[in-house]
Amino acid sequence: MEIPEGLRYTAEDEWLRLEGDSGEATIGISDYAQDQLGDIVFVELPPVGRVLRKGEAFGVVESVKAVSDLNAPAGGEVIARNDALESASELVNSSPYADGWMIRIRLTDPAEVDALMDAATYRKQLPEVQ
Amino acid sequence: MSDTDPNAPLLVLPLHDRHAAAGARFAPFSGWDMPLQYTGIVQEHEAVRTHAGIFDVTHMGRVALRGARAGEVIRSITTADVTTLKPGQAHYSLYCNEGGGIDDDVFVYCLAADHWLIVHNAGNATADAARVAAAVEGATDVTMRDLGEATVMLAVQGPAAAAAIRTVLGFDLEGVPVRGCREMEWNDSRLIFGRTGYTGEDGGEVIVDLERGAALWDAFLAAGVTPVGLGARDTLRLEAALPLHGHEITPETNPFDAGLGWAVSLDDGAPFTGRDALVRLKAEPRTRRLACVRLAERGVLRAEYVVHDPAKPETPAVGMLTSGAFSPTLQAGIGMAYLPPALTEPGTPLAVDIRGRNVPAEVVRRPFYKRAG
Repeated sequence: MEIPEGLRYTAEDEWLRLEGDSGEATIGISDYAQDQLGDIVFVELPPVGRVLRKGEAFGVVESVKAVSDLNAPAGGEVIARNDALESASELVNSSPYADGWMIRIRLTDPAEVDALMDAATYRKQLPEVQ
Repeated sequence: MSDTDPNAPLLVLPLHDRHAAAGARFAPFSGWDMPLQYTGIVQEHEAVRTHAGIFDVTHMGRVALRGARAGEVIRSITTADVTTLKPGQAHYSLYCNEGGGIDDDVFVYCLAADHWLIVHNAGNATADAARVAAAVEGATDVTMRDLGEATVMLAVQGPAAAAAIRTVLGFDLEGVPVRGCREMEWNDSRLIFGRTGYTGEDGGEVIVDLERGAALWDAFLAAGVTPVGLGARDTLRLEAALPLHGHEITPETNPFDAGLGWAVSLDDGAPFTGRDALVRLKAEPRTRRLACVRLAERGVLRAEYVVHDPAKPETPAVGMLTSGAFSPTLQAGIGMAYLPPALTEPGTPLAVDIRGRNVPAEVVRRPFYKRAG
């Protein structure tokens, strides 16, 4: 189970990566999340320009067996989205932290990021993986 | 639906450890702790479509009947005229209730004139066995034996299944007719083989006694067959548009609406449970038919999604999906739904409500997937 240092995590298994000091952040789902979902066959993402509140459902990821909401780890305006996932949603399985990223936002309140878990805390709260 | 007590402890497959060793993730299904997937649903699905997969279907109910009149007993509780089966033949049939609704769908195997086998869905196995037992009780010289706890049942499916069966069981699949069956010796024991399955591929289902189950599983794996879980079993059967009890067919749906009229024999005049209702239902005009629905945009269909007629967007829903999935073969969302007959012609545009948005879809010919040859 890969849980990279330097990223921040939610209890719903999203990750957020601050892009330097730009006030921008990239969001995706964790290796644990993709593993639990299984083969991901559809990803629905919000349009660029939409403003998300922290915790807001911003999209949907569907595997063969389940539908799961994507929740914003922090509030912000969507400034980019990974359109490659439209035709290659399996990138979320094969590369959850890189090619399988979902959206980039301009943070409304960078302090919201401080409330997210670091890698060690996130790992600790995961159920035992079989 | 299911007669399973949700609070009862899950039943454990005799080959549970084999599945765990093969990397299975388990999930409850019809009271059993079943392998949901091993390496991944899509990969396993593709293994069956392109090579061969093996499924542990020991959870399914199976009862054997012996006696010269066993066929007649089965006929008295099922819709198809199984008395025309010759030894070595098998047939799909239904248990209907007095209202003509489908209590279960079953496969009836005539192994010998006086030796028959019926395979039931796991969720209905207890009720089905009771139904057979009651029918046997009224007959003379017919006995029933529940094979559920005494045997293991494995299904081997896919274009390479024939080669694996030749290697493991030592006979030529082509020598068994489609939907044929045979009883044979294997490792000093009896083995029942049926050229049947639930994937749309060629192959067979094998019943062997408990002690030899693991050896049979190991032999098929050694022959290069991929373990496949319930997840892919569902996507495979849906692509083949095979009904699943509790979804497409239930005690409230009748065989004619479901497109299963071919499994109902009324012409022989023989009485069976539900016959009167089925005679009446058959004569009535259909108000709905089971249809295959394919999403026109990328996405996934799921059971219970609501279907609209895009020509009449303001009118109420015209149906609801009984099953839905993402088809790995078609790379599209697929599902089945009961729709007004006027909307069941292939090419008819539909709209499926996915999270509040009406997504374009259309009716396609049944099945979604048909193997070549």
